Amino acid sequence: MTRSRRLLVLAVAVLLLGGLAAALVLRSAARAEQTHEGDPTVARGRVLLGQPNRLAFLNGAKGPHRGALVSVPGQTPQAERTASGLTCQRFHASAGTGVCLNSSPGALAQDNKAVIVDSDLRTLHSFPLAGTPSRARVAPSGHFTAWTVFVAGESYGAAFFSTRTTIVDTRTWAVEPDLEKFSIVLDGRPYSSGDVNFWGVTFSKDDDTFYATLGTAGQTYLVKGSISRRSVTTLAQNVECPSLSPDETRIVYKKRVMRGASLWREHVMDLRTLRDQPLAEKRSVDDQALWLDDRTVAYALPAEGAPDTTDLWTVPADGSGAPRLLTPAASSPTRLG
Amino acid sequence: MYLADRSAPAGAKTAPDGGPVRTRTVASTVLALGAVSLITDVSSEMVTAVLPLYLVAGLGLSPLGFGALDGVYNGVSALVQLTGGHLADRVRNHKLIAGIGYGLSALCKPLLLLAHSLGPVGVVLALERTGKGLRTAPRDALISLSTPAELQGRAFGVHRAMDTTGALLGPLAAFFILNMAVGGYDAVFGVSACVAVLGVVVLMLFVPSGAGPGPAAAGAAKPAGAEPAGVNLREAAALLRLPRLRALALCAALLGLTTVSDAFLYLLLQDRTGLPEHWFPLLPLGTAAVFLLLAVPAGALADRIGRRTVFLAGHALLLAGYGLLLWAPHWSALPYLVLVLHGLFYAATDGVLPAAVGATVPAKLRATGLAVVGTSQALARFGCSLAFGAAWTVWGADPALAAAAGLCCCAAVAGFVLRPGPPAPAPDSATDAGTGTGRLPRGTR
Repeated sequence: MTRSRRLLVLAVAVLLLGGLAAALVLRSAARAEQTHEGDPTVARGRVLLGQPNRLAFLNGAKGPHRGALVSVPGQTPQAERTASGLTCQRFHASAGTGVCLNSSPGALAQDNKAVIVDSDLRTLHSFPLAGTPSRARVAPSGHFTAWTVFVAGESYGAAFFSTRTTIVDTRTWAVEPDLEKFSIVLDGRPYSSGDVNFWGVTFSKDDDTFYATLGTAGQTYLVKGSISRRSVTTLAQNVECPSLSPDETRIVYKKRVMRGASLWREHVMDLRTLRDQPLAEKRSVDDQALWLDDRTVAYALPAEGAPDTTDLWTVPADGSGAPRLLTPAASSPTRLG
Repeated sequence: MYLADRSAPAGAKTAPDGGPVRTRTVASTVLALGAVSLITDVSSEMVTAVLPLYLVAGLGLSPLGFGALDGVYNGVSALVQLTGGHLADRVRNHKLIAGIGYGLSALCKPLLLLAHSLGPVGVVLALERTGKGLRTAPRDALISLSTPAELQGRAFGVHRAMDTTGALLGPLAAFFILNMAVGGYDAVFGVSACVAVLGVVVLMLFVPSGAGPGPAAAGAAKPAGAEPAGVNLREAAALLRLPRLRALALCAALLGLTTVSDAFLYLLLQDRTGLPEHWFPLLPLGTAAVFLLLAVPAGALADRIGRRTVFLAGHALLLAGYGLLLWAPHWSALPYLVLVLHGLFYAATDGVLPAAVGATVPAKLRATGLAVVGTSQALARFGCSLAFGAAWTVWGADPALAAAAGLCCCAAVAGFVLRPGPPAPAPDSATDAGTGTGRLPRGTR
């Protein structure tokens, strides 16, 4: 092939592939604005964290309100969604305080931040994040909030993945940037190691006690911690992303089925006996579940057929019954009021 | 300390007429391969940049286990590299094997759209790494074979600079697309596939196949009998009896054992300097920018003063970086200084090592030789990564001290092992240097 012929072929290839790439981007951009038939309807409105008997979550339905915090009546969660102007990757609220972990594509790298909002979703404080948002929780009193982000290494050669969990006092804005600085008692003995990761905090009503996952040396533990004493103690093994029941007697959590495999089952553990009970959900759940009341938990599962969205499901918290769809195309559920 | 530099500063010494012009030429094959790597890196870094967010926000997965897998892939990729290198020499068609590697990686991008859980995503990424492993050695062999022995360092420098440019542009492209189309991960993967295909097209059009004597004659009939037959495993194994290659592989492995992975370095850097958290994603960009700017000068310097010197100096700079992190003085410039040292380390080692190998191994076993050294380095780094992780677990963040001390010893050992050999040139390398020079199609430009 002569040089000019080769350049001609290259030009044609650039045009064809460039056209295809542009078409893909435009189609995706157009689809981002289009609502999908059969999806729940969404209307712009006002979402207040203090509204009683309502459920809030992040809208996963395609269209202009994708990613927005929406609310629905607690009794009819599949009714029309009221969309706020707040978009998040993770959201949780309690007692009129909300935490929104937001990740937007910056110019050079992902721009991640945690935004603390008041009942009217006005920004009270914003914190830059070190990595991709993962878990977010607000204490029942609204006085504390915690979040976990993934701090990834660079692409190649990173046999390493690290989490960072931060607790913030929303009254004083005092920041505990990294739970890894807390003292650890593991199986009754003081423990220190460089390979310590915390994730999935859940708070008690007493504004001091919290539960979380500790990962170290290839094992995960349920820890009970104290914010004032800056310490944690392990209670049980193979517990991830605990969520404390409203009566504070049990946690629902994900239990790894097999070492090394990314498969988890939802279990409930009685905190007095540490006995655990698998729930009726047989699919692998990778979420920090939410207690809708003392008998029911809700969690997200990848939507079938739609790769980039999740559905919310509920299951009884005592191992009985069967999973039921709460609402499609949604994530990060939270009770309002 | 001239390595295969009996003919060394050829441009300066033997061509007083057109010296500067001549030394400035880089073989068109190198530029073409640089372009292929640039395009391919744009494609793969687009995916890398958005993958964590896609897994967490898009699929609702936790990428915790994914980091462990990543390490395993790198180990596998190193072994695949050995296969790719040997295959390329065996079928005497480096371009074909490199093309298969690039093609396989291109194929993986649209497949990502079909993978909706961590398992399938893991499989697709493993295939992607396999493609990367396959193509590395034949690609470096093509660069090496198209460049005279005394200019190898600069040629690899040019290639690595172009490659890194792609790696810097990839995330920009990805974030641009996500700004245009909110949540448009499918668009990112689709565009990434298009870009990857373009890379393969450029490879097919502008890179001559390795067996041919040069781009101009690539398609011409080969004179019967003039081409040696493809190599077999025994000949490849005999390569390890080349003292210089053995020394290089050993040196690369020893130093690789002390090279802690970038992720650890950045974590230590942030920990020790108290850098604000949101700077974390920008740290690799700092390293890449320095690498990009200095790859060519470092390669050219290696050609002039010796590749071992520069390679060892690169590790000395990394050691200085470790030292600074351990010392942790309260300088505001400390993070920048460490990043500059880290980037310098890459500039002084990443392209310089294959350049040293290229000047050592006979042409017909070039890809195998590059793969042997590349694999020993990659496996050693993988081992270091695991060991460092374990040390971190047991002793806390200070095992960096142990790693740095180890690096110091290994550098000393390597420097000793690779001390300049007797001036008598190995016959293989000498012929090779000759053919290498002849390979550069100077008359065609």
